[in-house]
Amino acid sequence: MNVVGATVGWLSDPANWTGPNGIPTRVGEHTAICLAAMAIALAISLPAGLYTGHTRRWAGLAAGLAVIGRALPSLALIGLVLPITQALDPDRGFSLYPTLIAMVVLAIPPILVNADAGLRAVDADVVEAARGMGHGEAGLLRRVEVPLALPVLLGGIRSAAVQVIATTTLGAIFALGGLGRYIVDGIAQNDDGMLFGGVVLVGGMAMTAEGLLGLLQRVAERRAAARVP
Amino acid sequence: MPNAQPRPAATVEFDHAAKHYPRDAASAGTLGAVDDLSMVVPAGCVCVLVGPSGCGKTTTLKMVNRLVEPTGGRILLDGVDTATRDVVELRRGIGYVIQQVGLFPHQTIGENVGTVPRLLGWSAGRRRERTDELLALVGLDPAAYRGRYPAQLSGGERQRVGVARALAADPPILLMDEPFGAVDPIVRERLQNELLRLQEALAKTILFVTHDIDEAIKMGDLVAVMERGGKLAQYGPPAELLARPASPFVARFVGADRALKRLSLARVGELALRQVPTARVGDPAGPARARTLSDPFPYLLLTDGPGRPIGWCDEASIPPDGVLRADAATPASPFLNRRTTLKDALSLLLDAEVQAGIVTDREGRLTGVVTVDMVAEWFRTTGSRQAAGAELPAAPAAGS
Amino acid sequence: MLDWGWLADHLPALAYRTGQHLYLTSIAMAVGLAISLALGTAAARRRRLYSPIGIVAGLLFTIPSLALFAALVPIVGLNLLTAEIPLVLYTLVILFRNVVAGFDAVPADVHEAADAQAVVGLARLLRVDLPLATPLIVAGIRVATVSTIGLVTITATLGDAFGGLGFFIFEGARRSFPTEIYAGALPVILLALALDRLFAWLGDRLTPWSRASTAEATSAPWREEAGAA
Repeated sequence: MNVVGATVGWLSDPANWTGPNGIPTRVGEHTAICLAAMAIALAISLPAGLYTGHTRRWAGLAAGLAVIGRALPSLALIGLVLPITQALDPDRGFSLYPTLIAMVVLAIPPILVNADAGLRAVDADVVEAARGMGHGEAGLLRRVEVPLALPVLLGGIRSAAVQVIATTTLGAIFALGGLGRYIVDGIAQNDDGMLFGGVVLVGGMAMTAEGLLGLLQRVAERRAAARVP
Repeated sequence: MPNAQPRPAATVEFDHAAKHYPRDAASAGTLGAVDDLSMVVPAGCVCVLVGPSGCGKTTTLKMVNRLVEPTGGRILLDGVDTATRDVVELRRGIGYVIQQVGLFPHQTIGENVGTVPRLLGWSAGRRRERTDELLALVGLDPAAYRGRYPAQLSGGERQRVGVARALAADPPILLMDEPFGAVDPIVRERLQNELLRLQEALAKTILFVTHDIDEAIKMGDLVAVMERGGKLAQYGPPAELLARPASPFVARFVGADRALKRLSLARVGELALRQVPTARVGDPAGPARARTLSDPFPYLLLTDGPGRPIGWCDEASIPPDGVLRADAATPASPFLNRRTTLKDALSLLLDAEVQAGIVTDREGRLTGVVTVDMVAEWFRTTGSRQAAGAELPAAPAAGS
Repeated sequence: MLDWGWLADHLPALAYRTGQHLYLTSIAMAVGLAISLALGTAAARRRRLYSPIGIVAGLLFTIPSLALFAALVPIVGLNLLTAEIPLVLYTLVILFRNVVAGFDAVPADVHEAADAQAVVGLARLLRVDLPLATPLIVAGIRVATVSTIGLVTITATLGDAFGGLGFFIFEGARRSFPTEIYAGALPVILLALALDRLFAWLGDRLTPWSRASTAEATSAPWREEAGAA
């Protein structure tokens, strides 16, 4: 088919693998943005989720976040933040920051909700036994609760990562780099090869993340199963 | 009571019925296999299938309404092979009660009970009438319960609804799979008694599965003991199982206390009651004292004016003259009636200060007294005659 | 701050775009629901169908919506289908899983009792399976609706004829006109949150039996049986 041929052609064209608009550059940009968004999201939501899950308080927080998180359209979020950040930094404040912030907001609910839920799901008897053995709160968290809750937690991180990778492409509408560039430019220039090439790259990246984190999740599952008698 | 002519109960016959699972099936541990089962359940009988887990009792039950299809043999209802009947028509004519009840959570109690009538095309009015009738029959106030949802009921109430639902279309046969297993012992006993009471009125053929031998003995007219591998170990009335277990397995399953269990099958009314010295309040004490001293039984039973027993007077404490006063008596022993089982009677007697149970009639008047050695005597005579093979309580007549 | 004059002038346009937004969403939801009910019912019966459909669904999620809309242009042209096909597909991804989960959620003892009473065929579907699957299905509709609201904003990349409220977000960003961005972004977010609440309420309304259980379970007194002493 036309489209498949164009895509294969575009992907195999060595010219597309060099320069500031080359595939390695864009992949690098995309990865950097996604990693940054994930890192910030993790920094915010992991402590919060571990806290609420461990102490089993603030149950409404996770529930409310889950609801709101799903309901917030990313493009609208980017639009909401854009004028503010643009005023602060005309360049990055237009392209990078709005999308970055929107991706952080996108990633927080899955991570926090799963951290909270994963910890809450740890068998209360196991926790009680560990406390009885003399584990302090921090040690309890580190040695008992987190390892047991890890599969669920990793599931949340995995879900967040895939969503972020796919949705970061929206930033290209606002002159952001990354793989979204190929998609937006492909549309504008009517270049099917570039458009679908971008899609394939994003898809590949998302599936790689999915696969890696899925693997980690399965390893964590086996470890957790081995721990519980 | 059902308004139309009640349908006669059906006979169930297992003719070399079998269920074999393929070796690689993952069913090992879920339902057990059944091996060459042959037995007849007369109409109107309660037949209890009992045995350890994995013995195939639930599988046997499910073969009757073809939730499990037999791999060998036949199952006949009123002489008709179930395999030849349309399975939908078959199942709508069989009541089915399971441990978790399986009420539809999204429907009201009334709608749940009316499930099969609705499928059979009954009018709304007739369904409602029947539902109310059945709810009352199982001890639930129709006005209060018909509009509620299952989640609002306790476990015992839900199971009553389950029984009502099973009876809705007046099926000639009822299948029950550990129906009372999910409720606490007090509720379970109530439900068992209610079912027995219902059965007295309705006389259905009931196939009842349990793993509890005591429940089997209490509920069953006939008991089928099954062992692992799906084989029938013994089939007969409870008394026969207790008196003459057919194999070491049955003897073990029935329990080492089977002699005491047999006492639960006999009632006070079967005994020739003993008479003891009695006197009324207000009677002269002297003659009463003389009578008591001359009788081997060391106590005087004091009754009120109309003859209702109050309590015992120790012979040594009866004054030589004056009149007998009510406060001289202590109610130091259990009150029984002729329906009390010998097992309960013995248990109460052993625990009493005066080991003589006072038997009264419906109006509360004294009819006689039961002592521990009377029970032991019963066992020696009647009990051992049962063990020798004579004089078993008659099996229920077919079609009764 | 906000240019209220512009807002006042553009009320008709805002109304039009809001209407367009809801129109695009409703079509996607209606079609998506119909297809996923059909597919989900089939997959609940024949488990073998579930994996392939599930895998396709997962793949779909990794494709940035932007690309999917653009990719359809060469195939179907630039019309309602171009916008609706991706919207319906994304709806299917969510709803299909929930429909199947809904059917799976019917308790085993209810199945057994229904089998034993020979509640079969259409009666079984309409009287037993579907009502009990409703909570999860409505939960799916809730998530899918909100997600679709967000995706409709992205249809603005297809041109002025589409986009719903997303039109204002794009135009506003292009012209660096914050008021216009907010005129699009805020209503979208509010719409999403409002619909989320609506379906949460609707789900609750449609399941009177689970509400009933939270009410106090009262029991009428037994009739005491006169038995042996």
